[in-house]
Amino acid sequence: MTALRFLFGLAAVFVASFALAQTDPRHSGYHDMGAALQKMQDDDTANPAMLFVQQGEPLWRQKAGTANKSCADCHHEAAATMKGVAARYPAIPKGADQPVDLEGRINLCRTENQQAPALAAESPELLALTAYVALQSRGQPISPPDDQRLTSFRERGAALYRTRAGQLNLACSNCHDDNAGKKLGGATIPQGHPTGYPIYRLEWQTLGSLKRRLRNCLVGMRTEAWDFTDPQYIALELYLMQRARGLALDAPAVRP
Amino acid sequence: MANVLVNAPKTARKGDVVEIKALILHPMETGYRAGTNGRLIPRNIIERFSATWNGVEIFRMDFSPAIAANPYVAFTAVATETGTIAFRWTGDENFAVEHQVPIQVT
Repeated sequence: MTALRFLFGLAAVFVASFALAQTDPRHSGYHDMGAALQKMQDDDTANPAMLFVQQGEPLWRQKAGTANKSCADCHHEAAATMKGVAARYPAIPKGADQPVDLEGRINLCRTENQQAPALAAESPELLALTAYVALQSRGQPISPPDDQRLTSFRERGAALYRTRAGQLNLACSNCHDDNAGKKLGGATIPQGHPTGYPIYRLEWQTLGSLKRRLRNCLVGMRTEAWDFTDPQYIALELYLMQRARGLALDAPAVRP
Repeated sequence: MANVLVNAPKTARKGDVVEIKALILHPMETGYRAGTNGRLIPRNIIERFSATWNGVEIFRMDFSPAIAANPYVAFTAVATETGTIAFRWTGDENFAVEHQVPIQVT
């Protein structure tokens, strides 16, 4: 009887370890949070990011610029046309040669199609629109475009990710590859996958973009944060999206 | 723009304890922080939140500067009668927002 039980136990351990080896070691920062924060994110009436989404919807339908067009005039219902869009960016828009992220794409639409002034980085309007667009891709796997022109930018991003900088002489990889899952102070170091942007970060008490989060890390490394228009952000974002390929988006997320 | 998210059941049985959650967009500026010019940013907080069920007050709360931006309040009430739950937030700079949700009690 005991021998039989032992055999069963052995089989169970074998199956479990096999399953473990099969699973993807990558996961969203969602899984590094406590249960209370996960609940906050999952409940759309408790997730403060949804307050911004609620503002993004009227902005989507609001006419702007000298062309007097709204996003909805060209793109119609965001639920259908914007599905999966946030999972693809940064990308190179038609007729351009430089990649832009989702915020940059929205601003391109404003300046070119709506003939309206670009929205400022981290302005409530830009964040609200981005959150509204990103929400439509919730649950979609991150799927960076197979565009050969992006390769050099991704390589630049990968190099930046591994380059030590700042007074603390740290690279992104020192925390998010070498020490992910361990503690930095009281906080768990996440793997650094950009699954939930724009995020409602409790520390910020507001919504913020991936750029703001990267600036945060740069300041934490005690290096000088790049200007919001610096193409290095886009290169890094391209690499991060490539690195997180296949993970499901959970935007707009809550993070500590 | 006032921006509110309320989570309350649409139906309840008489005598049930129902949980009501209310979230509002507000900066809750403490009045203790200095701006980039070195001057204090004037205090701008919600001072009071109250909820009424068909006009009868069921919950009231005074807020302080220590409460974070976009305050989230959850409380419980006993379902008594069909009608409206009304929420009211008032505060600095003439901030006043009202929001109502219907509830069916059987």
